[in-house]
Amino acid sequence: MLRQDFSGQKLQVINRRMFIIGVAKIVIFLGIITRLFSLQITENKKYLTLSDKNRLREWRLPPVRGEFLDYYGNIIAGNIRVYQLHVIPEQVENFKYLILRLKKILNLSDKVFSKILKKKDIQKPWETLIISENLTWEQFSEINYYLHDLVGVKPVLSVSRDYPFKENYTHVLGYVSQANESDLLNNEIIKNRYVSGLKVGKIGLEKTFENVLIGTNGIQRYEVNAYGKRINQIEYKDGVKGKTIKLTIDSEVQKLCNELLNERAGSISIMDIYTGEIVAMHSSPSFDPNLLLFGISQDDWQLIRNNPLKPLTNKTLTGLYSPGSTIKPIVALSALENNVISTNFKVNCKGKMEMYGQTYHCWKKKGHGVVDLKNAIKQSCDTYFYEISRKLGVDRLNKTALKFGLGEKVLKEVFENEKKGLVPNTKWKKDNLGVEWVLGETLITGIGQGYIQTTPLQLCLMTAQLANGGYKIYPRIIVEDNQDTFENIKNKMDQNAKSALEINKELKETSEQFFNFINKKKHHTLYRNPENIKFVLEAMFSSTNEVRGTSYSSRIKNPKYQFAGKTGTAQVKKITKRARELDLKTIDIPYEDRDHALYIAFGPYKKPRYSVSIIVEHGGSGSSTAAPIAKKLFKLLIDRHEAREKIRTQGSLKI
Amino acid sequence: MYNQNSLDDNLSIVQKIKNFDYVLLISILFLGLISGFTMYSTDGGELLFHTRSHIFKFSIFFSMMIFLSFFNIKFWHFFGYIFYLIILLFLIWASLYGIKTSGSQRWINLYFINIQPSELMKIAIILCLSKYYHRLQIERVSSFKDILTTLVILILPIILVLNQPDLGTAILIASSGLVVLWLAGLNIKYFFYSFLILIISMPFVIAFLEPYQKLRILTFLNPGRDPLGAGYQIIQSKIAVGSGGLTGKGFLKGTQSYLEFLPEKHTDFIFTLFSEEHGFVGSIFLLLIYGVIVFRVLWIGTISRSYFAKLFCYGYGSAIFFYVSINMSMVLGLLPIVGSPLPIMSYGGSSMLATMIGFAIVMSAKINHKQLIA
Repeated sequence: MLRQDFSGQKLQVINRRMFIIGVAKIVIFLGIITRLFSLQITENKKYLTLSDKNRLREWRLPPVRGEFLDYYGNIIAGNIRVYQLHVIPEQVENFKYLILRLKKILNLSDKVFSKILKKKDIQKPWETLIISENLTWEQFSEINYYLHDLVGVKPVLSVSRDYPFKENYTHVLGYVSQANESDLLNNEIIKNRYVSGLKVGKIGLEKTFENVLIGTNGIQRYEVNAYGKRINQIEYKDGVKGKTIKLTIDSEVQKLCNELLNERAGSISIMDIYTGEIVAMHSSPSFDPNLLLFGISQDDWQLIRNNPLKPLTNKTLTGLYSPGSTIKPIVALSALENNVISTNFKVNCKGKMEMYGQTYHCWKKKGHGVVDLKNAIKQSCDTYFYEISRKLGVDRLNKTALKFGLGEKVLKEVFENEKKGLVPNTKWKKDNLGVEWVLGETLITGIGQGYIQTTPLQLCLMTAQLANGGYKIYPRIIVEDNQDTFENIKNKMDQNAKSALEINKELKETSEQFFNFINKKKHHTLYRNPENIKFVLEAMFSSTNEVRGTSYSSRIKNPKYQFAGKTGTAQVKKITKRARELDLKTIDIPYEDRDHALYIAFGPYKKPRYSVSIIVEHGGSGSSTAAPIAKKLFKLLIDRHEAREKIRTQGSLKI
Repeated sequence: MYNQNSLDDNLSIVQKIKNFDYVLLISILFLGLISGFTMYSTDGGELLFHTRSHIFKFSIFFSMMIFLSFFNIKFWHFFGYIFYLIILLFLIWASLYGIKTSGSQRWINLYFINIQPSELMKIAIILCLSKYYHRLQIERVSSFKDILTTLVILILPIILVLNQPDLGTAILIASSGLVVLWLAGLNIKYFFYSFLILIISMPFVIAFLEPYQKLRILTFLNPGRDPLGAGYQIIQSKIAVGSGGLTGKGFLKGTQSYLEFLPEKHTDFIFTLFSEEHGFVGSIFLLLIYGVIVFRVLWIGTISRSYFAKLFCYGYGSAIFFYVSINMSMVLGLLPIVGSPLPIMSYGGSSMLATMIGFAIVMSAKINHKQLIA
């Protein structure tokens, strides 16, 4: 037998037990293999994604905002280079020390300082923290001087919004400012392209066209290590600059508007009566939007906010005013169109008229005597218009006014805060106020007082649609390709006039069918009889260019510049009996109680091309305050017409 | 029948060299080679400290193993208790005068080298118990007195190591010792009872655990509960292994380790890095090498004629298996994180030294497999 140093039983036990753990080992090894299989083969995709998420990090670069140009291609909202100071907190060893150093070097105020610290707490540590958005050259060079011991600080050359025309375009363009939480919540595109310090449009065209202006982010994709340190740049993608938007506005005219209003509260709008292009649109007083770019100081902001002349309101679009006598051309037209009166209809104005137990005054105390329609418009006789509006009725007036552009947004969606205004009728009053219409209200509506409310731009459109011979136009402020050209529009108008005439002969003139047919076409006619329009325009001409016309003193004799218009003086407060007796001068009345001065005009009279509406809040009478502004405007407007035509034809050649 | 001469104590050098187990030798060498490359990768593809030191240690200890293999198995039998006692003294020394690093006291300074006696204890415990059972009658294995003795042998170092604290090594020492008790034929019912006691005492044990150890267990049960803190290691390890896929990201291309998402990539998590770079195929291959080593060691046990050699080989083979499977299960998220190196692959001199001593004894058993020990 084999010699062994141990018993057979011992051997048996050890071999049996070894066999058991041998099997256990194989099972456990197989278990580990299964686990490997499940991690590496079955779930490979999941872990691969996780690994990429670990190692790759994207940095979005700020998008470059598109520019705004005026009609002549001048930049009115552009981008300038600014020096900024960025810090990436995770790359800084001792943040507290660094930030205190910077505070000293840049001379930051405590308020700004705590704001930066707050921002740092909200952000992720690898996101750029902007210490200063706009360093002066001195600060920038100072920082560069100390840069060697400011680890983690990056002086950056960046771009920022700039409004070279300062306060001239504030209400048209709006302005940009740091995107806040509601901007991110309300606009998916802003949210997707957000980077620290991104500025977005807050109001005006900057806001309306945010989505095309914003541009796309450049992307830097880095491989980072576990501590977030950038190891390699894997990818770099340039962003696409936002779209450049060209406006129909002429900066020279726009600037003149600002000068003419000269810090008074008011508004001027100018429109091409065929193309509907807005040549100028200004609301005064204005403010410099550049102030808002890098955070306005509390004092400056309060100054703007608390200014009683309301620089923050865009009066052209959101200011609602009684049109006063500027509504008279429409009242007259409505009366003529509805065959309520003929042009020969006469009224004897005695300065006031008694009706339904009320006294209605004409602005001229002594009265105008016997006036016909033309003279009534020319001299703005209130008594005459009381009489014809009584005959016309508010509902028919309402229809004509709506047709000519009142009571409806002029630029539709372009400005989100544009107001509709109000052109009342009997149904409106019943639905909204719950009371029946009173005839006396018709009388004051006929002189543009009472419920009726219009924006300055609506008055401008109304004037344009009268001045072009009574055709519908489509106002626009943006120049785009494939817009209807002046020639096309004019052709369409002529065609529509012809076909209207033909149909007019076949059908009876008041037929609803006729209007439905006409309304489907672009630039359709707004009149029933073109002679009525012509008559109203002539009356407006006499109002400006004939003796005793209300704006006679503002006339221009040179036929090249000659224009026609209608003044308006809108009461802000009911004139009491006592005030009427006192007959105070404008200057003696408290500012808030003074009348608004209005003026609408078109020119040049022989071949009209532009319509203008002017309002000076609490400016006194339309003839003394508003009309003289038109005189200066038409000078420049017509001088620049040729240049404008040149741009227009060049532009159309390009297409 | 048998050639009595072959049972002689003394073999000539040539015979000894002939008797070397070349399968085991080549496997270890191969593993050493792989470990060198892997270490090179942990250094980010440069020949830096870890790589150089690892290759150096491997060469030294591998040569030492070959040298030690020439000692007769009888020498190891003789040396068994002494070895155990020396290491035990080292452990006591460590607990008294050891070098403190990051909250634990595991190292002693032997003036020419710093060693971690707990690593050596993993071998010493097997050696000591094998010697103890060598002579013991099978009937006496389960007697009260002998159980008590073996438990003292086992528990003394465990307490010392737990006290360092080093849960991972303590577990490995315990499992190495227990597997020897099992193989020696300790009555199954004791294993059953102690298992029951373990389960019942679990809540009390947990109450005594260090806060970081509790955290590890909680983290193991749900790594997502604190992904950037305690769960970080295991999550990142799983991401690394999982993203390796079938064939891996390629040598030196493991992004998880290269970008420093992997913790402890030189030591406990070396398999993660290997698996990330070489994928499922590479991992199976590595596992296969370990399989060959383990089963080769076990096979040497079966051919050994002395009970001591047999028990040691079985015990040591099983111990390597434990090291490997515990380490891998840990990095694959199958077990809580306890510090346990992967033999030969992981960076660490003491662990390498202990492993090589173990292989030397196995090799000696192979060379002298016909040797009987009186």
